[in-house]
Amino acid sequence: MPALLEVRGLSVDYLTDAGDVRAVDRVDLEVAAGEFLAIVGESGCGKSTLLFAIAQLLSPPAELAAGSVTFAGRDMVTLGERELRHVRWRDYSVVMQSAMNALNPMKSIEAQFADTMRAHARLTAEAIHQRAAEVLRLVGIDPIHLASYPHQLSGGMRQRAMIAMALLFTPQLVIMDEPTSALDVVAQRALMSQIKELQQRLGFAVVFVTHDMSLVSHYSDRLVVMYAGQIAEAAPTARLFERPLHPYSRGLLDAFPSIRGPRRLLTGIPGSPPDLARPPSGCRFQPRCPVALPECSVRDPELRAVDGADVRCLLYPAPAVPVVPAVPVAEHRA
Amino acid sequence: MTVPLSRPIAAPSAGAARGYRDAGARLGRAILRNRKATIGLGLLVVITFVALFPGMIAPDDPQAAIYGQQLGPSADHLLGTTQVGEDVFSQLIWGTRLTLIITVAVGALTTLISVLVGVTAAYVGGVADRSLSLLTDIFLIIPTLPLLIVLSSYLEGSGTMAIIAVLVVTGWAFGARQLRAQGLTLRTRAYLEAARVRGETSAYIILVEILPNMISLVVASFLGSAVYTVATAAGLQFLGLGNGSEMTWGTMLHFAQQNGAIESGNALWALAPGAAVALLGTSFALLNYAFDEIGNPALRRTRRRRASAA
Amino acid sequence: MTATAEPTAAAPSGSEPLLRTADLTRHFRLGGIFSHQVLHAVDDISMEIGEREIVAVVGESGSGKSTLVRLLAMLYRPTRGRIFFRGRPLESLRSRRDVLWYRRQVPMVFQDPYSSINPVFRVSHGVMRNLTLHRPELRGAARRAEAERVFEVVGLTPAREMLAKFPYEMSGGQRQRVGFAQALALQPRLILADEPVSMLDVSIRAGILNLMAELREREGVSILYITHDIASARYVADRILVMYGGHVVETGSADDVLADPKHPYTHLLLAAAPDPREPAAVDSSAVAGEPPKVVNPTEGCRFRARCPIAVDECGRVTPRLHAVGVGHAAACHLAPADPGWPGGSRDGR
Repeated sequence: MPALLEVRGLSVDYLTDAGDVRAVDRVDLEVAAGEFLAIVGESGCGKSTLLFAIAQLLSPPAELAAGSVTFAGRDMVTLGERELRHVRWRDYSVVMQSAMNALNPMKSIEAQFADTMRAHARLTAEAIHQRAAEVLRLVGIDPIHLASYPHQLSGGMRQRAMIAMALLFTPQLVIMDEPTSALDVVAQRALMSQIKELQQRLGFAVVFVTHDMSLVSHYSDRLVVMYAGQIAEAAPTARLFERPLHPYSRGLLDAFPSIRGPRRLLTGIPGSPPDLARPPSGCRFQPRCPVALPECSVRDPELRAVDGADVRCLLYPAPAVPVVPAVPVAEHRA
Repeated sequence: MTVPLSRPIAAPSAGAARGYRDAGARLGRAILRNRKATIGLGLLVVITFVALFPGMIAPDDPQAAIYGQQLGPSADHLLGTTQVGEDVFSQLIWGTRLTLIITVAVGALTTLISVLVGVTAAYVGGVADRSLSLLTDIFLIIPTLPLLIVLSSYLEGSGTMAIIAVLVVTGWAFGARQLRAQGLTLRTRAYLEAARVRGETSAYIILVEILPNMISLVVASFLGSAVYTVATAAGLQFLGLGNGSEMTWGTMLHFAQQNGAIESGNALWALAPGAAVALLGTSFALLNYAFDEIGNPALRRTRRRRASAA
Repeated sequence: MTATAEPTAAAPSGSEPLLRTADLTRHFRLGGIFSHQVLHAVDDISMEIGEREIVAVVGESGSGKSTLVRLLAMLYRPTRGRIFFRGRPLESLRSRRDVLWYRRQVPMVFQDPYSSINPVFRVSHGVMRNLTLHRPELRGAARRAEAERVFEVVGLTPAREMLAKFPYEMSGGQRQRVGFAQALALQPRLILADEPVSMLDVSIRAGILNLMAELREREGVSILYITHDIASARYVADRILVMYGGHVVETGSADDVLADPKHPYTHLLLAAAPDPREPAAVDSSAVAGEPPKVVNPTEGCRFRARCPIAVDECGRVTPRLHAVGVGHAAACHLAPADPGWPGGSRDGR
């Protein structure tokens, strides 16, 4: 069965006065219908840029340099604005970071839902009202709040309202960029649980971007770890947590202090991500890698399949089949 | 919707990532790279040069009424002569100095008062803020032109100082408002709290910690005030509220109008100072735009690569 | 309304603790002069910090932890209650010299590495100002040497090069180290650390947490560590205070509070703690609960709306902190009375 979302060889550049910076480098992704994919990485790894590229929301100075994004069989990049509008919100929707601040403070919740619905479909006022109440109930908000203004709702409720808004047309895919980071710890976990429940009930696929691995550990089907614009490791979630292959994934997992068991010394991953304007030669993680080999600073590792996971690391030698598509990748550069 | 650059590369605070002394070189380079800034600065440099060394360009005494009256432009008199036989070109050149002095003086004084009032109100807050804001609002509400005319007519004949005073009194409130607004946004920055916890006094915090972060707005305030002054001072002098014996572009306009320069075919007498006023105003305005662009990278023109479909 | 005597935990017996609060309270009036809305940010906090110890205050938004640290930093004045530093009440510090005496010994490190350093100056600015204000006996070369020393202690090497950098040239983790260096330059007794790692990447946090532990060992300084992450509190702190809605709801040694939590809110925090290896323990039924904004509160436990085991009494009587173990106290009517309380066992589940 063909994947719902297919990303091939995606590269995104930022055009700056000082030269072009490649923020996303040749990313390949696949999301099946109903699958929950998490993209995890720290600040500067390119995960948000990747998300924007997938959702067709890039704007200058960011530009798609290469690659394709195929959603439900359609090439998204070549779609014009008009066709995109048909697809937007009906087939896929987006929940942004601090989405609660994206709500118009001057309009009631219902009015904003109505705006969204009218922008993408022709519905009667009655139908709009029904649907708005329905999605609010889905996320656990009393429909009485349709008449409320954003400032009258708490932060958590506003965030849930944004998720409700994303579900208005029951899309096949919901893209989320750190939707919980502005919430308290308990609210975050509760919201994740709710998102998972909704996903299982309504059957939509999720692409979820976060810097907090622990947030998605119980909810995602597959996990993609990004570093310095590249995919470092991609694997089924349980697999990755049990046996992280890439030293960076291992380092990330080990960076969380545990709440039980003996206290052991945490080292984290000292140092910082590389300057993408001048990426290091060879493996990008090598300067911070605790187990780097001499050749790591010379050879660029390719992403290859190892034991059911995809890893970009010279510790896992060829001759495993590299994860590169057989069809040539579309170039978008003149 | 813009996507921010990855953090480790650069994380400048909005509009304020410049240091005092160490920024000089960076600023210089930025000015040279920005076309508006270069043009504006170029104009200003030329005008300043003319103001400083008028004798080098127009050796004639501008008030010597010795030439033929109402002559048209010629090799001897590039812009012709006035009603009473003075050389218009000389007047234009010699009038530059006082015009520029008035502009810079008003700009500087207005900005100084705006900064003191605005930033203090923002940082100190409470009753002081309320009183200072009330004061600012009163001065903002007063209709400027009638006030200017009334004040000027009281001080008629007192010349430059009067005009400077009048313009400063009516012009400081706008900048104070803006600076207070920016001060309020900066007030919640953690480094100010950190300074308080360190034990710094309020005066120190305002002068050393806050002000350098507001330099771009202070400069913009000065430039904006300069643009306002160039036109308004000329306007007041044109209306005859300046001192006729002082040589400025505004007084030139006044006399040209009084003596029907345009009707009697001696249009250059009126057009030349008018164009000069416009030029000076433009130079400040260009610098103002340029500083906006330098300070706020989001306003800069970005290069685009032409994307072609595969 | 006084809190009952709080069993002191690690303060050395007999001597006055380094910092002590008694019924510390801070209210804010919401709205205009005529409004009757009073926000109870912090109510009746009585706590202590001893020498050479790291005390963590754990809570979510609205718990009062930020207000507490600002009261201790003398950025706010208490509405009621008192603060004692080395036996001296803070309200007796009136002259500038007195205030500087306190500020030298109790500096603060801030949460946001991107706005807690003035962007127009080099990072040496804060350290040098601290030395100028509080250690004027150091001049010229000695001052510069001290600035380099504190940078080295926090791991910003080579110190001379680092001191000359601008904030935008440094990563978040490095900037937080600058914050600690600034504090160290004072040779303080107690560092108030307001969520120092919350805005840092996960992989960088360990470095800062380890730095804090090191400062306690090598420099003998105490640290008040404010956080919302109970796991990091366990990692670095000797004692933990859990706050909710302006009250302290549980306090004890880090081991006791984590292994044997007595307050239902502590249980909830533990369930939500970020630990990828732990099973998911917070379900969506908790989604409706959020920390309250405590405005004009009535009597009763402030957690009762979210509490899975609340009873009638919880709505009528405000629970006080009472001992539930040695050096372990909780403010809950049902602790430790109910033997069937899930979590009464050692492993915290």
